[in-house]
Amino acid sequence: MTTAINGLSLGGIYAMIALGYTMVYGIAKMLNFAHGDVIMIGGYMIYVTMATGNPLLAIAVAVLSCVILGVTIEKVAYKPLRGASPLAVLITAIGISYLLQSLAQIIFGSAAKMVTVYELGSIQFLGATVQLSALVTLGVTVVVMAALTLFVKFTRVGRAMIAVSEDRGAAQLMGINVNGIITLTFAIGSALAALAGLFYLLKAPNVSSTMGAMPGIKAFTAAVIGGIGSIPGAMLGGILLGIVESVSYKFAAIAPYTDAIEFSILIIILLVRPNGFLGKKRREKV
Amino acid sequence: MAMLEVNDLQVYYGVICALKGISFQVEQGQIVSLIGANGAGKTTMMQSIVSLIPKREGTVVFEGKDITKTPSHKIVRLGMTQVPEGRRIFQELTVYENLLMGAYTNKDQQSFKRDLEMIYERFPRLAERKNQIAGTLSGGEQQMLAMGRAIMCHPKLLMLDEPSMGLSPLLVDQVFEIIKDINKDGTTILLVEQNAGKSLAISDQAYVMENGKIVLSGTGAELASSEKVKKAYLGG
Repeated sequence: MTTAINGLSLGGIYAMIALGYTMVYGIAKMLNFAHGDVIMIGGYMIYVTMATGNPLLAIAVAVLSCVILGVTIEKVAYKPLRGASPLAVLITAIGISYLLQSLAQIIFGSAAKMVTVYELGSIQFLGATVQLSALVTLGVTVVVMAALTLFVKFTRVGRAMIAVSEDRGAAQLMGINVNGIITLTFAIGSALAALAGLFYLLKAPNVSSTMGAMPGIKAFTAAVIGGIGSIPGAMLGGILLGIVESVSYKFAAIAPYTDAIEFSILIIILLVRPNGFLGKKRREKV
Repeated sequence: MAMLEVNDLQVYYGVICALKGISFQVEQGQIVSLIGANGAGKTTMMQSIVSLIPKREGTVVFEGKDITKTPSHKIVRLGMTQVPEGRRIFQELTVYENLLMGAYTNKDQQSFKRDLEMIYERFPRLAERKNQIAGTLSGGEQQMLAMGRAIMCHPKLLMLDEPSMGLSPLLVDQVFEIIKDINKDGTTILLVEQNAGKSLAISDQAYVMENGKIVLSGTGAELASSEKVKKAYLGG
């Protein structure tokens, strides 16, 4: 039971990061490998603002600064490359990732910083001891996912996102400002990254310049397993990976190989279902 | 002053020159068609006019306003839109949602409802299938949807790129009837077609394109009776 809840909550963190990857991929058709580092910046923002002792303020500052950061990265680094080869965009994204990590190291030093946002403790739940932070993570994830799904399906702007993701040219002919939609996508993805950073800190209260790297790659894996470009796919992939990870950590014999197991799942899925579980087969248009 | 003026439009794909200086005009209220074979540059021209493809040289003026460098979504707001080649409806959305996307620039609920009823009246098949996923429609239905979606934004000028492509002869006739109807309701039409006979028959003004250039122009009737056009495009 404890393992299940932990797996679900870890999966929730992955799912939340994976959503950023998958939405940006679906709409801007690029892999934003700097996405994991936005989490890290969110973490540092919480660390800095926690000096005031106000966790709510810290969360607000983190979300806001991540949104500004994400939108700025898109405007400065990716927008000029629209229409350029995917490889150029990919390399730029990796460059931005290193830039953010190095900046954080220069400003905050390379040693990890401790930050406690909330002392949540644990409770007895269905006969098991469960970290309260895991339940909070799980609950917020479910709410955010549901809200996002409804937003995309039932609002004018949400539908415009689907249209842009399906056919950018046709969307422009509807009068949709594609650049605006892409900016919005980066803003949403970055806000989710900030939340993921918060949940990460509830689980392990350390901030470091590389804290976003591993969750970023895991979440990317989750997005691909679920089918990149698909919002329910990101949730499914994230939860799946989270559960695999917590179960694997339970058994001493395989615990050291947890990462290897997770990435092997990715390879197997790519061999069997190259589009992931919920990914669509896309016809390549000439 | 013409509604749309295209002057010396040149478009390149890399070093390849696809449009070698195209100039033509569309007068308000008319149906103007451009005919030509595959690869003549018709689609390139249509897409570059609405800024979906960058222009190298030349200007495009719509209702006296220079829109050469205006982004596509703003051109739509000015009152000019396009049914692109291959229809390009949103496959994953329903018929209704596609029409909703067409009305993206219109935030007025009342007029949206009126437009929707008008479209359903004009295209009864779309009304029957309004909650169906658009990707599952037949080719003819998809073309109706693409046209319906385009007129949801009240264009003053509607551009249609190969609307009869891939349709059965019966549907082709229907599509040309609809184009005439839309024009009668006051919308100016710029039509690009390979079906030269049918296009010239409904056109006030027409141009013939070959290899990225306009080689002939005249009224629809003039071109239809021209020996050159008959020989090259009308199978006679």
